[in-house]
Amino acid sequence: MTTASTIDRPVRQYDFGTMWLLVFPATALLLAFLVIPTALVVVLSFTDYELGKEGLRYIGITNYSDMLADRVFWQSVRNTALYVALVVPGSIFIALAVALLIERRSVLARFYKVAFFLPVTATLVAMATVWEFILHPSIGLANHLLSVLRIDPIRFLSDPDWAIVSLAAIGIWQSIGFNMVLFLAGLSSIPKEIDEAAALDGAAGGIDRFMIVTWPLLGPTTLFVTITTAINAMRVFESVAVITQGGPNKATEVILYSIYLEAFQYFRTGYASALTVVFLLVTVSLIILQMRLADRKVHY
Amino acid sequence: MIDINDGAIDARGLVKQFGGHRVVGPVDLSVRPGEFLTLVGPSGCGKSTLLRLIAGLETASEGSISIAGRTVTDDPPKERDVAMVFQNYALYPHLTVAQNMAVPLRMRRLSLPQRLPFVGSLLPRSAATLAEIDHDVEQVAKSLGIAQLLSRKPAQLSGGQRQRVALGRAIVRKPRVFLLDEPLSNLDAQLRVQMRSELVQLHRRLQVTLIYVTHDQAEAMTMSNRIAVMFAGNILQIGTPEAVYDDPDHLKVASFISNPGLNTMPFAAIANTQLGRQIGAIVSGSAECTVAFRPEACTAVSSADQTDLSGRVIFCERFGAEAFAHIAVDYLEHPIIARIEPAHATRLTCEQLVRVNLDISKLFLFGPDGLRLRPRRRAAA
Ligand SMILES: Nc1ncnc2c1ncn2[C@@H]1O[C@H](COP(=O)(O)OP(=O)(O)OP(=O)(O)O)[C@@H](O)[C@H]1O
Ligand SMILES: [Mg+2]
Repeated sequence: MTTASTIDRPVRQYDFGTMWLLVFPATALLLAFLVIPTALVVVLSFTDYELGKEGLRYIGITNYSDMLADRVFWQSVRNTALYVALVVPGSIFIALAVALLIERRSVLARFYKVAFFLPVTATLVAMATVWEFILHPSIGLANHLLSVLRIDPIRFLSDPDWAIVSLAAIGIWQSIGFNMVLFLAGLSSIPKEIDEAAALDGAAGGIDRFMIVTWPLLGPTTLFVTITTAINAMRVFESVAVITQGGPNKATEVILYSIYLEAFQYFRTGYASALTVVFLLVTVSLIILQMRLADRKVHY
Repeated sequence: MIDINDGAIDARGLVKQFGGHRVVGPVDLSVRPGEFLTLVGPSGCGKSTLLRLIAGLETASEGSISIAGRTVTDDPPKERDVAMVFQNYALYPHLTVAQNMAVPLRMRRLSLPQRLPFVGSLLPRSAATLAEIDHDVEQVAKSLGIAQLLSRKPAQLSGGQRQRVALGRAIVRKPRVFLLDEPLSNLDAQLRVQMRSELVQLHRRLQVTLIYVTHDQAEAMTMSNRIAVMFAGNILQIGTPEAVYDDPDHLKVASFISNPGLNTMPFAAIANTQLGRQIGAIVSGSAECTVAFRPEACTAVSSADQTDLSGRVIFCERFGAEAFAHIAVDYLEHPIIARIEPAHATRLTCEQLVRVNLDISKLFLFGPDGLRLRPRRRAAA
């Protein structure tokens, strides 16, 4: 082909056959695994469908109005919100502190990285046994330690006030490792010269260095970590299902556990779908928020 | 008024090793107060490392450094009262120009509680100090011609503007010692020449001790009071630009500070010529030494006669006021570069036979170890 003919050729003349062929696999997968199931859930949320029952009926927004009137739903929203509110700051600050400590040392850094990352790889269902043992009211390690400090034993999992806090502690334990790795990556992307410039400018102490360089330059990382931790915390399920089953007295009933109960214990698929749609909306708006902020704020 | 000790830098036996590999030293270096000293040398010779040792960004493996008469070998950068401009400027990307330049002042003039966000500005006396800082930043910004950029972020500046901000951040707190690591290397040629003269004027106005790192010999020659030529971690020669240029101590120094290059030839190659006998009469023990001279020590004259240094022109280069001819001589490995009148450049053609006329008084002899061999008669006199 000569140069002249390439130039003469109209730019807008696409080869539609090849184009469709190229986007087909991605589109098919997206439709099959994402768009169609989501659409089905949305459709089901407007019906009275129950798993195993024949036929279904369009009932409008009844599922949604039921939900708003349901005390258990609001309880689970409150529990989830409390759980997220505990896990997000706890996990982020501990992970950041650990990352800062590990970053500055050469010996044992690898060991600490692995040690803190282990909970991420361990299956929580298995580790829950260990946690149940640690938090056991009479023979548990936690209460044993408290007794050393002369503090009365706490019924970590059976006291309604403590149960969600205990689960949040487990959630923090589990998510520190991942967040630490993200923070370490963020820290290593801070140019060394900027740190050195700060040292010459007189920011000698850790606090000054942190406030002038580390914290602001970690902004994008912190935003990402916050949103992903929040989304993951909202999806808390295993620890609730294995350790407390939503109890005591629904004190640890969280949204995902409600969905599970409605869909797979009571087989009220339509109502569970409505719960799922609401949950999905919250998650998606968080992701959109993150993208907005990342575009606007964290760019220098 | 400059205190006699103010800003003097003294390094004794300074060594820096990385993983058992010696990168710098041992270096002995004395910089006088208010002096503009240029560290020049090829890439990787340890210039930045030496500068960072003085700044306190690297700790010395051996030896000592003192600044203004006080030993600072183990002091952190903050306590050395030095400012540094990095090659890539290292501005804080999230702060405006004004905030960038205010950082060193905030660190020095505000107490730790006063530096805290939100609370800090409410503390007593904060407001007055902050106003002072703003005032000083503005003064420096004006003097550098960046006052209109104060509210911009570094990403919104051109390279030259960032350069000025980095300079501003360094000078705003009036340090005793000012270190610059290849500050002009990211600028275009024209801006580089302009910044050169601005830096010299800035130095004259501030009267600080200034160490300037570059691998550009033109910058070294034009800007500094003295230059120190570094090779492989050691300073081979230190002196005024003229002294280093006219009277190099070492073959490497002479060939580094030469434009477009230094002509060198083994003495053995010319030992039997008349030129060789002339040289032999001046210095003894010349069998293994190297004869070197700069392009301006010789000139090429069109001539068909065979003499000691006759050859064919293989290449002529001309930049404006200067022109050089590259001449291949039969028995020499490298062509000789001779400076010629620009007007002659057009007359010399390739393959033309020429004679090289050499000014023997501008010839350098270096021993096998690269050290300069001085003429005998001076010692005798
Ligand atoms: N942190 C370090 N660890 C190991 N080796 C280093 C380190 N910093 C520098 N070096 C080595 O020290 C030598 C000198 O480096 P330096 O940066 O001082 O050179 P330079 O003269 O500034 O070169 P350039 O002109 O390219 O900037 C180089 O060989 C480099 O590889
Ligand atoms: Mg360097």
